Amino acid sequence: MTGTVVRATGLTKRYGSFTAVDAVNLSLEENRIYGLLGRNGAGKTTIMQMLTGQLFPDAGELDVFGREPAEHADVLRRMCFIAESQRYPDSFKAAHVFKAAPWFFENWDAAFAEQLIADFRLPLNRYIKKLSRGQLSAVGVIVGLASRAPLTFFDEPYLGLDAVARHIFYDRLLEDYAEHPRTIVLSTHLIDEVANLLEHVILIDQGRILFDRDAEELRGSATTVAGPRAAVESFVADRPVIGREGLGGLASATIDGRLDQADRIRAAEAGLELAPVSLQQLIIHMTGTDLSADSTNQEVAA
Amino acid sequence: MDESRPIFIQIAEQIENDIIEGSLPEGGQIPSTNEFAAFLRVNPATALKGVTRLVDDGIVEKRRGIGMFVTTGARERLVERRRAGFATEYLRPLIIEAEKLGIGIEELAGMLRAERIQS
Repeated sequence: MTGTVVRATGLTKRYGSFTAVDAVNLSLEENRIYGLLGRNGAGKTTIMQMLTGQLFPDAGELDVFGREPAEHADVLRRMCFIAESQRYPDSFKAAHVFKAAPWFFENWDAAFAEQLIADFRLPLNRYIKKLSRGQLSAVGVIVGLASRAPLTFFDEPYLGLDAVARHIFYDRLLEDYAEHPRTIVLSTHLIDEVANLLEHVILIDQGRILFDRDAEELRGSATTVAGPRAAVESFVADRPVIGREGLGGLASATIDGRLDQADRIRAAEAGLELAPVSLQQLIIHMTGTDLSADSTNQEVAA
Repeated sequence: MDESRPIFIQIAEQIENDIIEGSLPEGGQIPSTNEFAAFLRVNPATALKGVTRLVDDGIVEKRRGIGMFVTTGARERLVERRRAGFATEYLRPLIIEAEKLGIGIEELAGMLRAERIQS
């Protein structure tokens, strides 16, 4: 039904002795919305830069639209990468960016761009360097949406965008994606806000993939069990625990894996409370635990 | 949306509720999956999965090139199914809690009647 747009095997990028991306295998299917998530310095941007031909991998194989992306114009033309801090020439006004965009993106929709400019209330005749942080982000978001590139990357696209503008972005993205399906990769720290938009989630930590799963599969895949310490400990004894907290005689533990009806009844009888774990909480549990042990590594990465 | 259950099931249940309450009548057209996705701010594939569940159940049917419609008899079947689950899902927890608090069956029945008059 759908094809594979990106296939990476053993993808690796090193900076001196630091390995930013460590033998990553991943594939992106056509016409899906992906979340590429992880902490600062996890390797998300480096992966996207390799996929878009801006960086050369040190090892591994990379296939984007059937060939290596770097220096292949026909591949690059079908991609759009919106960087966190895109730089523009000093003499550029916002209007110039939208005028130049059709030269790079064959699917560029000028009417859609106009509508977005009005939605975001972007002043077109102001120099880019005079725009606020949020307005600068809006320029990127508009380019990313109106380019309708078959493979679009949004790398933390909305620094400084207010809550209203972010929701305009989500709404327009969903509407336009429904009419013009394409592959979209969203990298963001505002996980709760985008969780329901994603069809698939790839979590990166320290250059490696921690998980690569369907968003639906992740819902309800972890549960927090809370109650008297002894009861919690006996309930979680034979299960994989990904997080623990305690307060006096009370404790809570987050376990990975689904609970069935029998588990739920057993928990209720033991006086335990069960709470679902959101995608954001799950990711905090999975990437935040060895914070102290590995802090030196994290700093280099950031 | 409830975090603990798959969104597509919640979407299917929401449509079922609308059919039971009559806001989506039998023979009537339901919104498209893209409209559901935009309204609920969820991925269109998720919305499609929810609607497909109802198609598989025979609650809605696809008419090629036109859209999705509520089938004849859908409401009755949904009500029957919900009635079958009513005792375990609603009555059992109610009785367990009542017993815990020392509320007898007669007193409980009286409380139910009083609550009904109020609402």
